[in-house]
Amino acid sequence: MTSPMYILHGAGPVAAMQDKLGWYLMIVSIIVVVVVGILVLAGARRRHDGRDQVARSGSGMRWVIVGGIIVPATVLVVTFALTIATEDATASPPADPAVTVQVIGHRWWWEVKYLADPAHTVVTANEIHIPVGQPVRVELSSADVIHSFWIPQLAGKTDVIPGQRNVAWLEADSPGIYRGACTEYCGLQHSNMAAFVVAESPAQFAEWLETQAKSAAPPSDPDAAAGLAVFQKSACAACHAIRGSDALGQVGPDLTHLVGRMTLAAGALENTRGNLTGWIANSQAIKPGNDMPTMTLSAGDLQALVSYLETLK
Amino acid sequence: MASTTAPVPLPERLTRIWETAPGLYGVLATVDHKVIGKRYLVTSMIFLLLGGAEAAVMRAQLAHANEQLLSPEAYNQIFSMHGITMIFWYAAPVLSGFSNYLWPLMLGARDMACPRANALSYWTFLMSGVFLYTSVLVGAVPDRGWFAYAPLTEAAYSPGLNMDFYAIGLTFLSVSTTVGAVNFIVTLFKTRAPGLSVNRLPIFVWGTLTTSFAILFAAPALTAACVLLYFDRRFGTHFYDPALGGSSLLWQHLFWSFGHPWVYIVVLPAMGIVSDLIPTFCRRPLVGYTLVALATVSTGILGFGVWVHHMFATGINATASSFFSAASMVITIPSAIAVFSWLATMWHGRPVFKTPMLFAAGFIVLFVIGGVSGVATAANAYDLQLTDTYFIVAHLHYVLIGINVFAVMAGFYYWLPKITGRMLDERMGKLNFWLMFLGFGVGFFPMHTLGLLGMPRRIYTYADGLGWGWQNMWITIGAYVFALGVVVFIVNFFWSLVNGAEAGSNPWDAPTLEWATPSPPPPYNFARIPIVASRHPLWEDRINEGTGRSVLETGPMLDKGRDTFGTTPLDAEPDEILRMPEDTAWPFFLALSVLVLAYGLLFGVIWLAAIGVVGLFISIIGWFMPSHEPTLTLET
Repeated sequence: MTSPMYILHGAGPVAAMQDKLGWYLMIVSIIVVVVVGILVLAGARRRHDGRDQVARSGSGMRWVIVGGIIVPATVLVVTFALTIATEDATASPPADPAVTVQVIGHRWWWEVKYLADPAHTVVTANEIHIPVGQPVRVELSSADVIHSFWIPQLAGKTDVIPGQRNVAWLEADSPGIYRGACTEYCGLQHSNMAAFVVAESPAQFAEWLETQAKSAAPPSDPDAAAGLAVFQKSACAACHAIRGSDALGQVGPDLTHLVGRMTLAAGALENTRGNLTGWIANSQAIKPGNDMPTMTLSAGDLQALVSYLETLK
Repeated sequence: MASTTAPVPLPERLTRIWETAPGLYGVLATVDHKVIGKRYLVTSMIFLLLGGAEAAVMRAQLAHANEQLLSPEAYNQIFSMHGITMIFWYAAPVLSGFSNYLWPLMLGARDMACPRANALSYWTFLMSGVFLYTSVLVGAVPDRGWFAYAPLTEAAYSPGLNMDFYAIGLTFLSVSTTVGAVNFIVTLFKTRAPGLSVNRLPIFVWGTLTTSFAILFAAPALTAACVLLYFDRRFGTHFYDPALGGSSLLWQHLFWSFGHPWVYIVVLPAMGIVSDLIPTFCRRPLVGYTLVALATVSTGILGFGVWVHHMFATGINATASSFFSAASMVITIPSAIAVFSWLATMWHGRPVFKTPMLFAAGFIVLFVIGGVSGVATAANAYDLQLTDTYFIVAHLHYVLIGINVFAVMAGFYYWLPKITGRMLDERMGKLNFWLMFLGFGVGFFPMHTLGLLGMPRRIYTYADGLGWGWQNMWITIGAYVFALGVVVFIVNFFWSLVNGAEAGSNPWDAPTLEWATPSPPPPYNFARIPIVASRHPLWEDRINEGTGRSVLETGPMLDKGRDTFGTTPLDAEPDEILRMPEDTAWPFFLALSVLVLAYGLLFGVIWLAAIGVVGLFISIIGWFMPSHEPTLTLET
C-alpha cells in the first residue's frame, strides 16, 4: 500500500517534520479511540443485576473531571507545543534559498518560470526542476482562480491566490520525481492538474537550466520545417510560445523544450508522439473543457506539426 | 346558550380550541408545532435521500481509476449538490424537525412561542429547497461545491445560472433558519411550564438553544457572502475580484465564519439527543448535567473562534494561524466532557441495549474518531498536508454522519413511538444499526488512509498507478451497505406504522415531560399544564430528586382559548397567560411570495420580482391583521 503521493513518506526536511507530527497525532488518536472503544464495549457488556429500575448510583463525576478535562487538556497542551514547534521550524527555510521558482496556476496547468538570472530565463510547464539538498523558494501566483500547490512528499500545501503572492519552500533530500497536484477545487478539470518536482544533483540541475534557457533550434529537416509553418499559420502560435520562433502566445504552456517533459496537459497523458498527436487532434476528448480548441488539420499537416514539436528537445 | 347544555369534557374542549380545520385550508394554515415538526422531519429526510442518491452515483464514478460513467461537468454538479443538500437542507432542518416537535412537549407548553413564524420557517425551508432543485429542470445546477470559493464563482468563471441558484437559494434558506432560531429563543425564555427553570432543561433543549443563538450570529455572514456574490455576478460589483480592488479571500472569511459555527449548529442538538436518551436507557440521570450544559454553550461560543483552521494554507501568517490552531484544540475539551459524561452514565447505570441505545453507543465511537481526526486537522503544521485530501472527507463524514445521522437515527427510534403512537420493530432496528455502523466503517474509515496516500478531494477521476484504486472500490461497497441500512429504516418505519405495537404514553419509562402526554399527543399537548419541580418529573419519586414534586394531573387547564403560560426567563415563574394565534395561511403565502421574488431575481425579470414583493407586503398585512378574538389580559 503505497502511492507516489503518500504523505508519510516525506523526502525533504519540511515534509519530514510534518510527518513526525503526523505520526504523533496518529498514535495519540489511535490510543484515544481504542480506549474509548473499550470503555463503550465494556460498559455495554458490564454485568448488572438485571433489573432496569431507575436509580442514582455513584456520582461518576470523577470520569468527567479526569477523562473529560484533565487528560485531554494535558494531551492537547503537548500536542499544541509540538504543533507550534513544527510550524515554526517549517515556516521558513534555514538558509537562503539557492533557487527561486515562480509557479503560476492556470486552469488547468502550472506555468513554471526561473527568472532570477536574466541570462537564463526559463519558462516551462507542470514540471519544476530543483537541485537536491538545497532549499528552493517557490513564489506562487494565479492567472485566474484559487489553486493550491502541493507536493506531498516535499511539503504541505500553499494556496495559489489571485491578487496575492504566496511563498512556499521545499527541499528534496535525494534525487527523484515527486508527484503533486492542485488541491483547491478550480473547476471542470481540477482533477487533471498534476505538478511534478524533478530533484537532481546541482550539476545536473545547472545543466538543465542551461539547456532550457536556450531558444529552440530552427528545424533542420523539411518535414519539421513544414511543421513549424503549420504551427505559425494555424491557431497554435496565438496561444503558445516557442522561443526562437515567431510564436509568442502567452495563453498556453511555453513549448520551447516540450520534448523534455514527462507528461502532457498537466499529467493527463504520458508525453509520447502518439499521445501528442491525439492531444492536438482532439484534446477535448482527453481533458474536456480545457482551453485548447480542437484543431482541424489535415493528416499530413498534423504529422508534420508533431514532427516539428518532437524536435523541441 | 352554551352554558345551558351539559359541560363538555376538558379534552374535547381543548381539542375544539386547538385542532386545525380539515381540508386544504387546514394543510396550509396549521400552526401546530407537531404538524410543522413532522413536516420538517419528512422533508429533511427526503433531502437526505436525494443527497444520498447523489453520493451513490459519485461512489460509482470513483470506484475505479479512469471511470467514465459521469462527465466531469456532471460529477462536479453532483458532488456540489450532495454537499449543499446534506449540509443545508438536511443536517440542520432535521434537527429543527425534532426541536419543533419536541420543544413544547419537553417544555410543558401548548405550542411554540410564535406559531405563525414557525409555519413561515417551515414553508421557506421547503420552498427554498424546491427553488434549489428546480436548477435541475433549468439545467443549471450549482457546480462549485457547497463551499463555492470565489473567484471561481464569479460570472467570468461560472457563467450561467448555476451559481445564482446557489446564492439566491442559500439567502432564501437563511430566512427560514433565522426565523426558526428567533422562535426557539423566544419559546425558551417565554413559554416554559411553571417551575421548569433553566437548570432543569433537557440537554437537547440546551443544544437547540445554543445553535439558535449561533444561527443569529452566523447566518448573516453567509447571507452577506451570497448577496455580495449575487451583486458581483449580476450588477458588476467587484467584491471578490482582486483585479479591481476586491479580495479573493473575502468569501472564505465570510463563508467559514459562518461555516464553522454551522458545524456546531448541526451537531449540538444531535449531541443533546444522545445526552437525553442515554440516561433513559442507562436507567439513571445523566452524569455531570451541569458540565454538559455548560460544555454545549461554550462549544457554541468557541465555535466562532476557529474558522481560520479551514484556511491554514491560504498564506496567513504563522502567529495568526497558530492562534486558530490553539482555539481549535481547546474546543475539544467540551466535547471530551460530553463523551466522558456519557461513558460515566453507562458505567454508573444499567444500560439496556434497545435500538436507540445501540445508535447512541455507535455514535460515541464515531464521535471520538471524528474528534481525534479533527485535532489532527487543527494542528496547523500538519493540516497543510491533510487539508483538501480524502482525510478531510473522512473527518467531515465522521462528524456529519457519526454525530448527526447516527443521533438522528437514535432520535427516530426513541421518539417516533411518541410521534406515531407505534413502536418501531426492534429486529429491523438492530439490522438497521449494524448495516449502517459496519457499512459506515467499511465505507468511510479507508478515506483516512486514502487521504494519507495523497488523494485530493473533489476530483472526478484519478489515474491508475497512484495506489488509490482498490480502496476506492472498498469505500463504494461500504457506502452501499450503509445505504441499505437507510432502506431498512424506511421499511421499518412504514411497516411499524401499520404493525407496530401500541407505544402508550411512556414506552421507555423515560424521565422527561414529553413522555407525560399520550402518544401521539393531542393538538393541545397537555390537558393540564404541568408544574415542574425537578429535572426528571417522571422519575423524581424513584430517584428521590429534590424536595417538591411535579404536578402533572391537576395543574391549570387554561381552556378559555388558545392559551399557554408565559413564564419568567430563568426561573419559569408564571407571569402571564399568552393567547396564542389562530391558524392562518398567510405564512404560506409569504413564503410563496419570497419564492416568486427569488425566481424574479434569478431570471432578472423585474415584474416577477415586483409581484413577489407585493405579495410579501400583502401577506405581512394579512398576517398582522388584528384578530377579532379578544386578547386575554393578564390574570394573576
